[in-house]
Amino acid sequence: MSESKQPRIGVFVCHCGVNIGGVVNVPEVVEYAMTLPNVAYAEENLYTCSSEGLSKLGEAIRKHELNRVVVASCTPRTHEPLFRGACEEVGLNKYLFHMANIREHCSWVHPKEPGRATEKAKEIVKMAVAKAALLEPQTEPEIEVQPSALVIGGGVSGMTTALSLANQNFDVHLIEIQDTLGGRLKDLYKLYPNDTLSSEVLEEYVQAVRSNPKIVVYTSSKVKHADGFIGNFKVTVNQEGKEETLDVGTIIVATGAEVLEPKGMYCYGERDNIITQLELERLMREKKLENPTNVVMIQCVGAREGKEGGRNYCSRICCAVAVKNALEIKEMFPNAEVSVLYRDMQTYGKDFEEQYSRAREKSVQFIRYDAKNPPQVTASPDAKCIVRVHDILINETLELEPDLVVLSTPLVQTEEAKELSKILKVPLGADGFFFEAHVKLRPVDFATDGIYVCGTAHSPKTIPESIAQAYAAASRASIPMAVKKVRTEAITSFVDENKCSGCGTCVKLCPYSAIQKDEHGIARVNDVLCKGCGVCAASCPEKAIGMRHFSDAQVLAEATASLGGRRK
Amino acid sequence: MTEFEPKIIGFLCNWCSYAGADLAGISRIQYPPNIRVVRVMCSGRIDPVIPLEVLINGADGVLILGCHPGDCHYAEGNLYEERKIKMLKRLLTLTGLEPERLRLEWVSASEGQRFANVVTEFTDQIKKLGPTPISTENPSQKILENLEAAKNAASGFRLRVLVGRERELTEKCNVYAEKIPQEQFDLLLEEVVKDEFTRQKIHLLTRYQPLSVKALAEATGLKPSSVLKQIVDMRRRNMIAVSDIKGTTPLYKALEVS
Repeated sequence: MSESKQPRIGVFVCHCGVNIGGVVNVPEVVEYAMTLPNVAYAEENLYTCSSEGLSKLGEAIRKHELNRVVVASCTPRTHEPLFRGACEEVGLNKYLFHMANIREHCSWVHPKEPGRATEKAKEIVKMAVAKAALLEPQTEPEIEVQPSALVIGGGVSGMTTALSLANQNFDVHLIEIQDTLGGRLKDLYKLYPNDTLSSEVLEEYVQAVRSNPKIVVYTSSKVKHADGFIGNFKVTVNQEGKEETLDVGTIIVATGAEVLEPKGMYCYGERDNIITQLELERLMREKKLENPTNVVMIQCVGAREGKEGGRNYCSRICCAVAVKNALEIKEMFPNAEVSVLYRDMQTYGKDFEEQYSRAREKSVQFIRYDAKNPPQVTASPDAKCIVRVHDILINETLELEPDLVVLSTPLVQTEEAKELSKILKVPLGADGFFFEAHVKLRPVDFATDGIYVCGTAHSPKTIPESIAQAYAAASRASIPMAVKKVRTEAITSFVDENKCSGCGTCVKLCPYSAIQKDEHGIARVNDVLCKGCGVCAASCPEKAIGMRHFSDAQVLAEATASLGGRRK
Repeated sequence: MTEFEPKIIGFLCNWCSYAGADLAGISRIQYPPNIRVVRVMCSGRIDPVIPLEVLINGADGVLILGCHPGDCHYAEGNLYEERKIKMLKRLLTLTGLEPERLRLEWVSASEGQRFANVVTEFTDQIKKLGPTPISTENPSQKILENLEAAKNAASGFRLRVLVGRERELTEKCNVYAEKIPQEQFDLLLEEVVKDEFTRQKIHLLTRYQPLSVKALAEATGLKPSSVLKQIVDMRRRNMIAVSDIKGTTPLYKALEVS
């Protein structure tokens, strides 16, 4: 069946029981379709999507030598794959099929105006036929996926992902920038909500990773360079000067986060007894915390700043950390006074709120301050530390004399991750954390296929949350590796090299880094990376970029078919 | 006389707005049947030339619907579209066609009601504006010609490169690590839009007959000095040439631009 010949379009108008037929005069639409240019055949079906309807569609394609098909029925978002499949069954390329939505966009929304709905349905069919006449066959190239993964970051998220993938029998390369595995877990003392010792959890994890034959661990290592696309990444890893190139099918970013060092805030750095929560954890872990009598914790230090370009996010873990550590201090030193100066206590979820209540029972003081009027810390080298805070709940300014001030600072993105974002060409959000493909629908994918993110590299989160996300990333990465191949998008852009002036506008616009300039300075589209949004084509200064399946001519043919045409 | 029923073409992105329109259907929300929907993968696919072509073909209104900022399936296609439409509205203002005939809105997949509201409201607005001057009994040749000039301007390198790079220039920085303030960029854009439109207008006017600066000044409503300034630029870009000298007055004729 030649597809390049003069179009012979078949139009199948669906009654959808009474859903369409009850409003739109379907026989009239069929009759009208027959009058449209390039239409060789038209019929009505009670349900085009039924097995009977589909076999009639196939028969008609054969019998009438149709080389383009339009089904006027419901939304392509649900039924296009079905009709495309029916076309493919009789040897018609599925991209020679087009849908006219006369249900969701017509009969269902204009039931009170059957006359106008019928007119509208006719025009929708006319538009679809106009586009169908210009449709061209497309292919979806298939590429092999190597069943091996690179996990970047050997903290709790990275180790979880690595173990999950290794247990599914995939080869895993786990790289860690420090000389030992463990990440942030190495610094922590006890983990809330059940006060497990961090060191115990860590030991178990490291043991499992080290003893797993499918996992190769590279410590003191960094990603130097990355190339390729889903299924076939080539990543150069530098381990203490020694370079190695790994061939992997997928990449998982689990680089973690750092704790903000609050330089210049609340006299931090001026005295030894003004420390961060992380430093407090280390003291407790090493049993070096010396009998404090009065402890003041200050929340939201350098977080939720609420200013342009600031750290405006909530770091999520600090409230729970403060409550946990306050309880811990009370446990160790029952006579110590502990005050938590907060803006909003956000001990969300089922366990944190209970801990908060317990802290109140143990008479930890919670003092609410206003962000506009934060606590003042004065610390002269010889005299005591003085913290002045205006409690907005009792509208009174209090003066505290702590011998230990603990600052709750947010998690922030690491410098290395910023570098990695450039190497892998995956984006960081305004807050500096890695930016997922879709906040709701694809929370652990990057927009670039085959690269995933989990843990605090993505946003501040607790250990259970990091682990859950690590499992999610591992499961997402395992799909292409288990199937061993991926079909790439047929709807992609292409460059007319005779028109391209090499200005590079498209290179900057492409969200997938799918366009690069070749050695002659001409833009080239990598079909595997392109997702077909068409932003490049719509912006190319030389109009040198075309889109498959959504060409200017096709879009315009559909858009102008129902209009009176050019008036001159 | 029957009530004017406008023809509205809607370009809906596949992931949010088209799904929003589907939801309006599933929820049986009623709205006027004037809109004809064209599905595209991303609102960012809509080249500024496309709405212009649709208006030239007699549409009374063009509605472009994309995902809310941050929700775009392709990261930021919608934000790039926003820049293109901003430029296009400036261009439309120069043609004499009401820029309100073009609108960009965000509709998510869950906003069936919002889709219906936007369509209803836009249809009402176009009804108030009346039929496009292009589809009436005596179509306005002037506006049609202006729209052609606008289309050519929107097809040209200078405007496209400026719009294509706007976010990079104003939000990130250029190759010299300078960030251009938005107000400054807008002034530049306004100037380039005017320049390009005027040049294309002069080009169209001189396509069939050679014209003097004075005649062009009358036809475009510009000062002769401004026309001459554009002609100097156009000659440098091989868009126009002196074809004849009438007395002491040079007449200019458009050259075919490849």
